[in-house]
Amino acid sequence: MLIINNLKASIGGKNILKGISLNVKPGEIHAIMGPNGSGKSTLAAVLAGREFVEVTDGTVTYLGKNLLDMTPEDRAKEGIFLGFQYPIEIPGVSMVNFMKTAVNEHRKHKGLDPLSASDFLKMMRDKKELVEIDSKLANRSVNEGFSGGEKKKNEIFQMAMLEPKLAILDETDSGLDIDALRIVANGVNKLKRPDNSFIVITHYQRLLDYIVPDVVHVLYDGRIVKTAGKELALELEEKGYDWIKKEIENNVTA
Amino acid sequence: MNGKSDITEKYLGLYKENIGKISGISSPFFNAFRAPAFEKFSQLGIPTRKNEAYKYTNLDMFFNHDYENYFMPVPSDFVKAEEFRCEVTDLDSYGIVLLNGFYPTLKEKLRQLPNGVWIGSLNEAASRFPEKFEQHFGKYAKSDTDGLVQLNTAMASDGVFVYVPEGVTLNKPVQVVNLVQSNEDMFNQHRNLIIAEKNSNFSIIICDHTLSPQKFLTNAVTEVFVGENAHFDIIRVQNEHNNACKITNTFIHQEKNSVTSSNNITLHGGLIRNSTYHYLGGEGAQSSSYGLYLADKWQHVDNFVNVDHAFPHCTSNQLFKGVLDDMSTGAFNGRILVRPDAQGTFAYQRNNNILLTDDAKMDTKPQLEIFADDVKCSHGATIGQLDGDSLFYLQSRGINKREARLMLMFGFAHEVIQNIKVEALRERMDNLVMQRLRGELSRCASCLVRCG
Repeated sequence: MLIINNLKASIGGKNILKGISLNVKPGEIHAIMGPNGSGKSTLAAVLAGREFVEVTDGTVTYLGKNLLDMTPEDRAKEGIFLGFQYPIEIPGVSMVNFMKTAVNEHRKHKGLDPLSASDFLKMMRDKKELVEIDSKLANRSVNEGFSGGEKKKNEIFQMAMLEPKLAILDETDSGLDIDALRIVANGVNKLKRPDNSFIVITHYQRLLDYIVPDVVHVLYDGRIVKTAGKELALELEEKGYDWIKKEIENNVTA
Repeated sequence: MNGKSDITEKYLGLYKENIGKISGISSPFFNAFRAPAFEKFSQLGIPTRKNEAYKYTNLDMFFNHDYENYFMPVPSDFVKAEEFRCEVTDLDSYGIVLLNGFYPTLKEKLRQLPNGVWIGSLNEAASRFPEKFEQHFGKYAKSDTDGLVQLNTAMASDGVFVYVPEGVTLNKPVQVVNLVQSNEDMFNQHRNLIIAEKNSNFSIIICDHTLSPQKFLTNAVTEVFVGENAHFDIIRVQNEHNNACKITNTFIHQEKNSVTSSNNITLHGGLIRNSTYHYLGGEGAQSSSYGLYLADKWQHVDNFVNVDHAFPHCTSNQLFKGVLDDMSTGAFNGRILVRPDAQGTFAYQRNNNILLTDDAKMDTKPQLEIFADDVKCSHGATIGQLDGDSLFYLQSRGINKREARLMLMFGFAHEVIQNIKVEALRERMDNLVMQRLRGELSRCASCLVRCG
């Protein structure tokens, strides 16, 4: 589904990603962990198409196409979804109007007619139920005045509405209490199918108590320094990141 | 010279030419204001940019023009005005149509509504209701520095009169449609008087339209009295063509514990200047002044707001927002005056602008004069572009960049629109704003002029 090969990227001339390779297959959940400043969010930004990140080398192939050539909106319509670490507040734009426009853009891309108002509202209702979000949120402006937890739940709701093939969740768990965390994780688990994939970026292991990854990667200093099964997350929780840092430094000196 | 322009001479001549006709159709009390106002006008003149209040607006292009016609009506002029129907069908209102500032003469000139409410021609009201007229006319439009207010007082002879007696709530808004139409380039002036007595409650909507493509200059003055504990809203919707200049001066006088809002929505127009004066003339009065302006090509929109806190414990709020495209220009001047006795004042002001091109230009100037010490005031102004993070957020959900920009501009504008209390009008405004931002014609169906 997604093949990243030797990806290098910089922000304002500073190298952040220093050669990342990753292969995500349909149906897989990949967790990307790592200490602060290791490049996790930059990787998410590159995949979603943020302009301030400059790709200096490497390739990203998504469903056989060159992802880096596509606009952010085309990536979304081709099935990529980014769950924002800090969702944006947009006063004056209602959630209903926002989602209706987005869903109908996706439908147009697939050659489908726009949903009727009643079908759309039914879809909203169903998805709200699925991800257990408060139905009042959908009547407000996008994220305006939402609490941190509500914003993150709203990301999961949008994901449910857009039914992506590849969802990248950028620290969706940060700042969540245990109930919100459970709702976010349940949302992901309910939306998981054999033909879609997730990249879950997280600083802490606790989200992975609820979302069980197939593969865990550790990102450090712009590189993936370790890849293993879900047991790696537990090991990190227990020992922190220091032992990995040490291991790398030893390798360098050796 | 103190800001007096050479072109003033032309208007002195216009007065002399027309004053006989004007006085002939107006009541003696009405006429008594004319000579003193004209005297003041000859001192003040047409404002130039040397006048601080007109620093960012050059009126010469419209005032220097030779208009073939200073509008004085004959009955046949009004056939079109009588036929005009506003297309906002959900908007259930008491309708009034003015043609070039005059109330049509074909039918009754004043309409009585339930509970002693009267709406109709100001000229007629001056003779039919001399007591109410004399109690309020000329009392609130006290601008000693603006020659245009004086010129209006000297020459205007008709406009809208609305009288809502004590304790009466109007179940639907009064809607005034100002039509401007002529076969010749035309200068016209009108005068409105709105009286909302103690404990009354109603809204008025004023829609400004141009119906023919000639060059027009309109200079309008509106006086509003809002009695104790009364609730009053005025909403002005401006949709005129690029060759039209509209100058409005609105003076809202508030008594104790009254609540008012003013909303100036400028969708289209060549040169627009709205001056709104809020006088908080009694304890506990509250006023809100809103404005939204969308301009493109070489249009210019100037909003001048003056809030006068003359009594303690009053609250005022100003929110003006604009989107400027192409080489359009805008100005905002928001003055808050807190007089020495006005303790416990709350006064807020905000002006936000989006410039869509490098050529568009906005001047914004807060002006706070505070002479009391127990006061909470704030002001803020921004001029910028659309927010990149917001744009990306929308794009990342599959919304293309053009549509995402439109949504953001709409959201920006909606913050002003949402303050319109009349629901049908609020929805209509949302639609018109969206059409306007899309670059579609946001004209009403009955309007024959292709703006822009």
